[in-house]
Amino acid sequence: MTSLESRRQEARNNWRALQNRPWPVIYVGAGSCGLAAGAAEVIEAIEGYLRKTGQRADIVRVGCIGPCYLEPLVDVQMPGQPRVSYSNMTPSLVKGVLESFLEKGEVYKGRLVGHFGEKGTKEFPRFFDHPMLAPQKRIVLRNCGIIDPESLDQYLARDGYAALERCLSMSWSEVLDEVKKSGLRGRGGAGFPTWRKWLVCRETESDKKYLICNADEGDPGAFMNRSLIEGDPHALLEGMEIAAYALGAREAYIYIRAEYPLAIARLRRALDDMRAVGLLGERILGSDFSFDIRIKEGAGAFVCGEETALIASIEGKRGMPRTRPPFPAVSGLWGRPTVINNVETLATLPNIIRNGAAWYSQFGTETSKGTKTFSLVGKVRRTGLIEVPLGMTLRQVIYGIGGGLAKDFKAVQTGGPSGGCLGEEFLDVPIDYENLAAAGSIMGSGGLIVLDKNTCIVDTAKYFLNFTQAESCGKCVPCRVGTRHLVNILDRICKGKGEIADLKRLEDLGRTIKGGSLCGLGQTAPNPVLTALKHFRGEFLAHIVDKRCPAAVCRDLVTYRIIKEKCTGCQRCVQVCPTGAITGPRSEPHSLDMSKCIKCRSCYEVCRFDAIAGDAIVIES
Amino acid sequence: MNFEEFEELKTHFSGEAADLIPVLQKIQGAQGYLSPESIRRVSRWLRISENEIYGVATFFAQFRFQKPGRHVIKVCLGTACHVRGGEQILDVLKRRLNIEPGAVTADGLYQLERVACLGCCALAPVVSIDGKIYGQTSVLKIQELLDGGLHHDQP
Ligand SMILES: Cc1cc2nc3c(=O)[nH]c(=O)nc-3n(C[C@H](O)[C@H](O)[C@H](O)COP(=O)(O)O)c2cc1C
Ligand code: FES
Repeated sequence: MTSLESRRQEARNNWRALQNRPWPVIYVGAGSCGLAAGAAEVIEAIEGYLRKTGQRADIVRVGCIGPCYLEPLVDVQMPGQPRVSYSNMTPSLVKGVLESFLEKGEVYKGRLVGHFGEKGTKEFPRFFDHPMLAPQKRIVLRNCGIIDPESLDQYLARDGYAALERCLSMSWSEVLDEVKKSGLRGRGGAGFPTWRKWLVCRETESDKKYLICNADEGDPGAFMNRSLIEGDPHALLEGMEIAAYALGAREAYIYIRAEYPLAIARLRRALDDMRAVGLLGERILGSDFSFDIRIKEGAGAFVCGEETALIASIEGKRGMPRTRPPFPAVSGLWGRPTVINNVETLATLPNIIRNGAAWYSQFGTETSKGTKTFSLVGKVRRTGLIEVPLGMTLRQVIYGIGGGLAKDFKAVQTGGPSGGCLGEEFLDVPIDYENLAAAGSIMGSGGLIVLDKNTCIVDTAKYFLNFTQAESCGKCVPCRVGTRHLVNILDRICKGKGEIADLKRLEDLGRTIKGGSLCGLGQTAPNPVLTALKHFRGEFLAHIVDKRCPAAVCRDLVTYRIIKEKCTGCQRCVQVCPTGAITGPRSEPHSLDMSKCIKCRSCYEVCRFDAIAGDAIVIES
Repeated sequence: MNFEEFEELKTHFSGEAADLIPVLQKIQGAQGYLSPESIRRVSRWLRISENEIYGVATFFAQFRFQKPGRHVIKVCLGTACHVRGGEQILDVLKRRLNIEPGAVTADGLYQLERVACLGCCALAPVVSIDGKIYGQTSVLKIQELLDGGLHHDQP
């Protein structure tokens, strides 16, 4: 076991050396979100600048540090100085930043987020004192955005694989006991105590046992697992080794969705690096623990996030769920005992083993220990990936971390297609498994989608039902046919053709589907409608009785109008209108012919952002 | 995919039934879709009936059975993108390209797809064109991209 220790020592020296480089080091957030915001172009501009000026600097590509709305983030570290972080960089802006630091030796002032040093001031704050970051507790995300995810050494330098080494000196039952004491529950949605599944698997006699990491992340609008794998793949892989050691598996699979090419590439690279240093394969680090991990790419089916469907799909079959019991922990992949854990559950393990169960369980609530990552998105000001101790209230997350909304708050959607929308009255609910369930939604895997008064609840419910309807595997009739009827009824209501009796139909049908479906997909599919009906009935009635969509979203119920007094006649909307519905000479208020209007929104957007007057076009219901 | 390419592909697998999905993924990665001929070859090799292969392949959203377009435009309709107007972006593309999602334009240039989440939800609404992800798009921005002519890029 000494081989890893000497390598870690060297890695620590290299890590320290990187922080004390005699030349500048530039860190760029280059996760999928950073790249989507233009990080690749920014890196090109940095390289171009360095080439042109002949300056020497290192460029380190890191994962996402969380505040995605600030991407692309670029940090500059000058010799002897801490990293200083800048937001929303563009190729032209980044030149200014580099000029300031590299030519003038001055800290650049614009778009400054903060530095990574010890003390912050008002003018020069610490990065982690930023209002989005200060309330967070980063345990599982501790390395994301800090280290180069493609460097095993940087992971080692931050105590990587120390937990695995510790495990190898413990018995399997000691490891399991530690996880039991930590109170860790599954982060994939259901919140099942992690140790309990492991024990069942451990105690089932079999020649072979399997561990599967569920990285299918099917909830549309959630990206916690992607970001974690892209930013710190070794954390997951170390966690998988710990789990496998405890439950007695020699082989594991990572089932990951094909829509995450960067995460897959990072995993492949990390697995190769592990193999090269004896962290994977036969007799790991000289112990008698042998273990290997393989990657299986999902082929795009939401239901394959469900355990038994996932197993079918790895076996090469249609991803259809089957009845349980037998539970996979007794009979799973190829009939062998199999434990399936979520990415975040597994990536939390090294932290628990390294710091101890008592340390981990100090965070969280009585029933829900530790921290949880959430993807905070929708109509909130500060969007991104966050990690908070369980027990924080929705208000603290949405208004504290998220900075609130630009318009009035309407609801927050949790739990994705299996969850529901919670309104104003639930804002002070502390987030944990029990509280969210009691409020009528679920914790789910961690999607938090904030909705404002311009989001229609009926439309949102219809959206989710459309999704589950399309993803239903078709095995159970209530799910296959019932969800279609739910969609039809909701569609009717959105078109202003609903009737009062439809509300009861939705409720009855919803209950039937829940009761008559085999797997979690069908059992939870009606939740978005049922919670919406419970908490936002008035909005359904507005669609049915008044034929109005209060949020002005449902297309058949809205009209577009030009406010004559505001319109300066700048003609931008005339130019973008695809059907010639808007006419009018320059400098005179334009007119809109609703009979030609297809409600494509082009004029509305151009007026908001591009026109001389702005906001002269309104969408009303 | 010709005979030699298919034989080369076979060397990456052990030829068990569980290889079916990865094999189909690899074929689609190489030729962009699953041609009837490639399914026939897989059937003979893995000893799984063509029927069953179609059964598996059509179950998953990833697999296509028609030649792809030169440029693949995927509009995200995940929840975050939906509440930020993804549907409207899809509408613009449908109108401009005159095709429905899943189809390819008559000239073979564009293929339009809808996807449920590309994992960049914080930058919603999101569109991916030929694998490159564009965040914070809008009805107008997407038209500018189209007007800029994706045809001039290399495929
Ligand atoms: C329709 C459906 C989709 C699911 N999708 C996922 C998913 O994408 N990721 C995940 O980790 N768990 C998902 N689950 C939950 C898994 O079945 C399983 O409970 C979980 O992976 C167990 O891991 P955990 O104990 O670590 O939470 C899904 C369940 C259902 C019913
Ligand atoms: S919802 Fe569109 S990227 Fe996730």
